[in-house]
Amino acid sequence: MIAQKDSFSTGGPGDPSHETFVLNLGPQHPAAHGVLRVLMTMDGEWIQRAEPVIGYIHRMHEKMGENRTWAKFLPNTSRIDYLSAMHYTHAFVGAVERAAKIEVPLRAEYARVITSELNRISSHMVWWGALLLDLGGFTPILYAFDDREKLLDLLEGLCGARLTYCYYRFGGLYNDVDDAFLKGTREFVQHMKPRLKMYRDLVTDNIILRKRLTDIGPISAELCRRYGATGPVIRGAGVAYDVRRAEPYSVYPKLDFKIPTYPQADSMARYLVRMDEMEQSLYIIEQALDQITEGPFMGKVPRVLKLPPGDTCYAVEAARGRFMVRIVSDGKDIPYRVKLRTPSFSNLSLYEEAAKGMILPDALAMMGSLDLVIPDIDR
Amino acid sequence: MSPSLEQLTAQFTRLIANAAPPAAVPAVGAGAPATPAATASTPVAVAAPAAAPASPILAVDYALKGYHLDVTVPAAQVVESAQILDRAGFCLDTITGVDWLAQNEMEVVYDYLHFASPLRIVVRTRLPRATPEVATIAGVFPGANWHERETHDFFGIQFVGHPNLKPFLLPEDADFHPLRKDYKP
Repeated sequence: MIAQKDSFSTGGPGDPSHETFVLNLGPQHPAAHGVLRVLMTMDGEWIQRAEPVIGYIHRMHEKMGENRTWAKFLPNTSRIDYLSAMHYTHAFVGAVERAAKIEVPLRAEYARVITSELNRISSHMVWWGALLLDLGGFTPILYAFDDREKLLDLLEGLCGARLTYCYYRFGGLYNDVDDAFLKGTREFVQHMKPRLKMYRDLVTDNIILRKRLTDIGPISAELCRRYGATGPVIRGAGVAYDVRRAEPYSVYPKLDFKIPTYPQADSMARYLVRMDEMEQSLYIIEQALDQITEGPFMGKVPRVLKLPPGDTCYAVEAARGRFMVRIVSDGKDIPYRVKLRTPSFSNLSLYEEAAKGMILPDALAMMGSLDLVIPDIDR
Repeated sequence: MSPSLEQLTAQFTRLIANAAPPAAVPAVGAGAPATPAATASTPVAVAAPAAAPASPILAVDYALKGYHLDVTVPAAQVVESAQILDRAGFCLDTITGVDWLAQNEMEVVYDYLHFASPLRIVVRTRLPRATPEVATIAGVFPGANWHERETHDFFGIQFVGHPNLKPFLLPEDADFHPLRKDYKP
């Protein structure tokens, strides 16, 4: 009897019986963290091509920027990346301050650093919990959200919002940081240090996690450069690029911190970068709490803000990487053009090239290690 | 390998000098802005900020502007300027457009950054508003692919040679360009 060829032993891509199929991931898929759709051409378990399809939550923030005053656009910026709102408002406020030459008091700058770093920790905690959830571990997200709750309460007490903070103002802050906040932040830092150690013992050193992430989804420094990927993605490829050091802003030059980098360029490296960044953020907060002094929290700002004609850029290190605002003014009280350069957009754009030849569960682990926030991509 | 501002300035000076003589190159960008053929029906009238800089290569104060070098090149030189920056190890930050309705021009702005140095370079070019066409730089920086698709969505700027210039952030049947200043919803 002639043996029949079974469907698992085709001769590979050259074989006429070899077939590929299209797998539509999303736009409503729990592993895609929002409305991201990826069209995957699969060769069995292997990805031949993975094309992200985006725009499902596009809100045209840049157009909204052109029909309201500078101040009225400010709350929009906290809704682009809802996990990193402090950094985004910081960039927009910074761009306007740079263009209008508004001086910001030192106390406000320190408060901005403290709240920004708190926001970075809360953002990384959501990423951490969600990544582990993707990989099948349910417990870590409960720990992460428990700790994050303390942090959100602090920020809520300060500015009223739990997620879409609009705490910074042109020239300073919405209100002064009170003693309760400063005391609570100090307590949070002390609370968080042993917790990060526990995270490491519980999850980071877990053999299953290591096996799921080590050597998975290599993204080299050159790939990052060609696609403009920044943040933990480039630092996980061994490049110490951090906007806080490359283009120093606020009072970061006065603060001491390390830029964590890992040369392995795999998903584990990006994981470790973020875990180390949380420690560094705590360290920055401690220094800022020691250095903050009494003083005004608001500078001198004209009642009707009209920026001089021309364009101005301002970049910050958001939780996902470099966020840059480019504003163009024509001398009126409303912007002529607001360009928002978001990190997730560039970080995802390399996905098609990076995911080629991976198996699906690994490609999803890599997607988790990119820490995507879809409204940040779609704007 | 850290690039220096002087070297880049010299390279761009050479690039623009080479571009000047042939008559085939459309007279946009480089020097004086094209004739302001202001259409009568346009309500948005802007004047001062739109004028292209007198010198195509400007060293700017980072503290005031947020970048170090501002280069205006003719549209035909966009790819070469991307290649210069690619060789120097730069990374494409973003691409965007600005619609200068009063001048009847479209501006395309390319932002570059460097991972090993704090240098920030801005390259711009001006296109006639009726036929906004410029060559794609996706062959130099693959990351430009998405930025150009987005700019095409918002401004209707045609990136010639782009592998996949279909609607991106806008709905797939969108035939409008919302960031054009004469766009009516």
